[in-house]
Amino acid sequence: MSQQRADTGTLVAVHGAGLAYGAHSVLDDVSLTLEPGRITTLIGPNGAGKSTLARLVLGLARPDRGRVERRPGLRVGYMPQHLQVDESLPLTVDRFLWLAAPGRTRARRDALQRTGVAHLRRRAVRGLSGGEMQRVLLARALLRKPDLLVLDEPAQGVDVAGQDALYGLLGQVRDETGCGILLISHDLHLVMARTDQVVCLHHHVCCSGTPEAVSRDPAYHRLFGPSGGMPNLAVYTHDHDHDHDLSGDPHHDHHGHTGGHHHD
Amino acid sequence: MIELLAPALLAGLAVALVAGPMGSFVVWRRMAFFGDTLAHGALLGAALALALDVNLYVAVVVACLAIAGALAGLQQQRQITGDTLLGIVAHTTLALGVIAISLQKSVQVDLFAYLFGDLLAVNWGDVLALWAGAVLILVLLAWHWRALLSITVNEDLAQVEGVPVTRTRLILMLLLALLIAGAIRTVGVLLITSLLVIPAAGARRLSRTPEQMAALASLLGLASVSLGLAMSWYADTPVGPSIVVAAAVLFGFTLLRRPDA
Repeated sequence: MSQQRADTGTLVAVHGAGLAYGAHSVLDDVSLTLEPGRITTLIGPNGAGKSTLARLVLGLARPDRGRVERRPGLRVGYMPQHLQVDESLPLTVDRFLWLAAPGRTRARRDALQRTGVAHLRRRAVRGLSGGEMQRVLLARALLRKPDLLVLDEPAQGVDVAGQDALYGLLGQVRDETGCGILLISHDLHLVMARTDQVVCLHHHVCCSGTPEAVSRDPAYHRLFGPSGGMPNLAVYTHDHDHDHDLSGDPHHDHHGHTGGHHHD
Repeated sequence: MIELLAPALLAGLAVALVAGPMGSFVVWRRMAFFGDTLAHGALLGAALALALDVNLYVAVVVACLAIAGALAGLQQQRQITGDTLLGIVAHTTLALGVIAISLQKSVQVDLFAYLFGDLLAVNWGDVLALWAGAVLILVLLAWHWRALLSITVNEDLAQVEGVPVTRTRLILMLLLALLIAGAIRTVGVLLITSLLVIPAAGARRLSRTPEQMAALASLLGLASVSLGLAMSWYADTPVGPSIVVAAAVLFGFTLLRRPDA
């Protein structure tokens, strides 16, 4: 990974990155730039390589080909998709946040207030519901005063009203701090309307641009099915089967995708 | 009586004190079998120390680190799962250690003492070495506490937040190797894991924070050593196993309390 400064202001720039697990190519010639103050949403079917691309951005993985440039001194707040604390480890929410920001009791309380879960401060982490854990994780990410926030499937296990609040909060954080945000989603609810840039990923970048431009792009429609792509953008019907129908492919597990979908 | 028991008690307390927080990490990171494997490998280190006439503690630490390194390398392959691998390495090194010790011609070595510990045989020099080691381990633990806890909760998150994950993991290995080296003469290689795991497991039910659990595990360990020694003195039972039985009984009592967090 290069340490030299990327273009002024750019937080992270991925240039032609390729990554394979054995013979199975997960990412192929993927480029992506993340700018301050901009919300970028990564969409694509399950197994399309979204989380892997996020790991490149986070510096948790290195590409086999291409390169990833990060702005020197970049502070990243990361909200993983799942975080399970082992039952054997007694840990209160406050202690959990302390791991990211030691010694600042007030900051920890404020961060929880911000994400609407101040009442959970003294609770044990392992007793939290999925939605509560998401908010605690977001509080921990915000505590770092990040230049870049990376959120992997933040809307998972959160109801529609909760999602709306979550995206509203992310918008506020972006406006106030000017941080860049990378969102990963295989879910199109609300996301499209609240984002500045959409990158449609299926091992390679199929299309990218503003939500309006992407929603008109034929590649987008091919990827998300013949029905015209976004049945849920305008209507707020929450349909759990939707996730699995999105790709039009058979449902694959995360690394097991056989990549049968080629359209270029 | 006190002149005879004092070194044994002080040596045992030094090990139990450190075994509290270290055992908590072993429990949190599900490393019990790993710790056991290192302990078994320690016997090989002890045999080498006898054969080459080098310091026992140094040889055991080196042997533990070598085994930890070898395990990390072997885990790269996928055909044999982690616990099977640990089983193979643990028992192979134990067997090699027993053979190597039994081959020593120069000195009469009490194999039983290495396997189950011989706390009553420690002298004041050992006590000093054990307490120096204990203080060193506690200082290093306190210094790296947040990093160690961070990688235990989630390694990805820790790395993104700037914790040097690999280095912190190595520090934990080193501390575990140091503890095992200290414990080999006191509770023996076969019982070290129990002194790590049982007090920590008992402390879990009584704690709401990691620090509470580590401190309570130390207290339970200290009590186990004291009770085990007393049992050994009055009932003439072997010391190491008596300590383990005392720890198990104390653990049993903690089961009576409902966990609150």
